[in-house]
Amino acid sequence: MIPIELKAELQGRIAAAVTNREAAVDVMKALQAHYGWLTDEAVVEAAGLLGLSPLQVEELATFYEMIYRRPVGRQVIHVCDSISCWAMGGETLLSHIAALLGVGVGETTADGLFTLLPCCCLGNCGEAPTLMIGDTIFGGVSLEGAAELLDQQRNR
Amino acid sequence: MEQILFRHNRPGRCVTFAEYQGEGGFVALKKALSGMSPDEVQQAVIDSGLRGRGGAGFPTGKKWSFVPRNLTGPRWLICNCDEMEPGTYKDRILLEANPYSLVEGMVLACYAIGVRHSFIFIRRGYEQAAANLRRAIAEATAAGLLGENIQGSGFSCDIDVHVSAGRYICGEETALMNALEGKRANPRAKPPFPAIKGLWGGPTVVNNVESLANIPAIIAQGPRWFKGTAATPEASGMKLFCVSGHVATPACFELPLGMTLGEIIDGPCGGMRPGSNFKACLPGGASTPYFTPAHLGVPMDFDPVAKAGSRLGTGGIVVFDQHTCMVAATLNLVKFYARESCGWCTPCREGLPFVVHLLEQIESGQGSEEHITILKEHVQYLNYAFCALAPGAMGPVDGLLRHFEDEVREHIITGKCPCRS
Ligand SMILES: Cc1cc2nc3c(=O)[nH]c(=O)nc-3n(C[C@H](O)[C@H](O)[C@H](O)COP(=O)(O)O)c2cc1C
Ligand code: SF4
Ligand code: FES
Repeated sequence: MIPIELKAELQGRIAAAVTNREAAVDVMKALQAHYGWLTDEAVVEAAGLLGLSPLQVEELATFYEMIYRRPVGRQVIHVCDSISCWAMGGETLLSHIAALLGVGVGETTADGLFTLLPCCCLGNCGEAPTLMIGDTIFGGVSLEGAAELLDQQRNR
Repeated sequence: MEQILFRHNRPGRCVTFAEYQGEGGFVALKKALSGMSPDEVQQAVIDSGLRGRGGAGFPTGKKWSFVPRNLTGPRWLICNCDEMEPGTYKDRILLEANPYSLVEGMVLACYAIGVRHSFIFIRRGYEQAAANLRRAIAEATAAGLLGENIQGSGFSCDIDVHVSAGRYICGEETALMNALEGKRANPRAKPPFPAIKGLWGGPTVVNNVESLANIPAIIAQGPRWFKGTAATPEASGMKLFCVSGHVATPACFELPLGMTLGEIIDGPCGGMRPGSNFKACLPGGASTPYFTPAHLGVPMDFDPVAKAGSRLGTGGIVVFDQHTCMVAATLNLVKFYARESCGWCTPCREGLPFVVHLLEQIESGQGSEEHITILKEHVQYLNYAFCALAPGAMGPVDGLLRHFEDEVREHIITGKCPCRS
C-alpha cells in the first residue's frame, strides 16, 4: 500500500493531465521510487490510479529502460555501452566495475547495495566513458575513478 | 565568431532570467505579439531557410505551414528532447546553459501555428535540463511572457514538461506521440502525417529543441541576418556540433553551417588527440554512414553531406583513430539498434539481430565472403521496415561496406581481427 499523501499527489498529477494515461510514466516512476522497483503490487496500484488494466500498465512498464520490473539494489549503476563510450574504453570500464562489485552484468551485489546494468547513450558522449548512479551522471570515468566512486557510494 | 544559441552562455552555470532578458531575451516575442501576424512569423521562419535540427533536416517553416488553417479543436506543438541517439548530446548542453531561448522559441512557434497547449518531451537522464526548463517556465509565466493573455495581446499558451523513462524509439515523432499519450511507444503509420492528425488526433507539429531555440534570433534579427551567419551562401544559420571520440578536446560547439569537417576537427576540437590519426567518423550521429579522410573537405551542411554519401543528421560527430576496428565499431552500433528496436515490424525485429550475428562472425574471424553479400542485401531490405529506425541502423553498415570493404575482407581472409594484437 502506498501512503495517502503519495496517492493524493498522484491523483492530482492525473487530474492535471489531458487524459489519465498521459500521467502513466510519472505514476510508474513515483511508485518505483517508493518501492525501489515496480513491484507487482505497484503495477496493480498504478492501474487503479490510472483507470487502466494491470496488463496495460505492464505493457508500458516493460517498454522503458529505466522502469525496473525486477528487484534492484539500493543504487542502480548504468554504464553506457554506446559508440562514443565504446571508443573511449567503455567495455573495459563495465567489466572492471563488474569485477570490483563481484557480480555479473545485470546482477545485484549480495548486500543489496548495487545493481549493475549496461545502458544506452546517456547524452554525455563528449566526456566518455560515462555512467549513471541513481540520477547522477559521471563522465570521463577512469578505472581508478570507478573504484573511488563505488567507495563514495558505499559510505553515503 | 558570432553565436546565436550560445550567445548568452555563462561559464560553468546556467544563465539567469534577468541576464537573458538584459541581453535581448524575449524581445522577439514582444515584437511578434505587438506587431506581427502569425503568418508573418511563419513567413520569416520560411525565409530564414532554417532546417530541422533533429536529424531529417526538414524546413521548419514549411512544416508549420502544413497545419490546416481553419480547423476547430485543439492543435499541438511538441518539442522533441528525447536525444538518445548515440554520439548526440547538443540539446542537453544547450538546455543546461540556457533554457530561455527554447521557451521563447516555443511561444513564438505556438503563436505562428495557433497552439494553446504545448509539450516538451525530455529523455530520462536529463533531469537538470528538465529542472532548468521548469524554472524558466515559471519565471516566464510570472513575468507575463507565458500563460494567459501574454503581454496583453490576447494570445495565451502553456508549456508542459514530460520526462520519459528511457527508450530511443520515443524520439521518432509518431512513437513520441504515443509515448506522450501514455501508450506503448510504437510508431504510427504515415500518412496521415502529424500536421493533419497527430497527438490525440489533432494537428501536431514536432520540432527539435535546437530548431525551436533558433526562432527568437530569426524574429529579432531577421531571416536574412540568420541565413548569413552560415559559412557558405547555400547554407543557413549556425549548428550545434557535438563531437566525441578520439579528438583532443571533444565538446559541443556552435559553428556556422558549411564549415568543413577538417576545419571543425583541426579548429575547435584541437585536432586529433596525441598519438591518434583520423581514420573515420560518424558525421551526424549513430545512424549516418562513415566519412573517411577523403571527406575532410566536405562542408558540414545538409546537402553537401548528403551528396558525399552520408547525412548531417543530428550534428553528432564521433571520431575514430587508426586503432579502431571498423567492423567492431559497426557491430557496437547495430547492437544498439537491435536492442532499441521497438519490435513492431519483422524486418527490424528479426533483421537487426541477424545483422549483429553476421558482424559478430566476421569480427571473430569466422566470417565468409558470402556474409559480405548478405550484408549488402540487408542494407536494401531494411528500407522496408515500418519506421526510420531500421534504415538508420544500416547507415553505418552501408558506410562500412562502401569504405572499408578491404578491412572487412581482411577479417575473413586472415580469420582474425587485424586491429587486435
Ligand atoms: C528512431 C528515431 C529517433 C529519433 N530521435 C529523435 C530525437 O531524439 N530528437 C529529435 O529531435 N528528433 C528525433 N528523431 C526525428 C523526429 O522523428 C523528427 O523528425 C524531429 O523531431 C523533427 O524535428 P525537426 O524538424 O526540428 O528536426 C528521431 C527519428 C527516429 C526515426
Ligand atoms: S523499424 Fe524497428 S523501431 Fe521502427 S517500427 Fe519497425 S520494429 Fe519498431
Ligand atoms: S555514447 Fe556514452 S554517453 Fe553517449
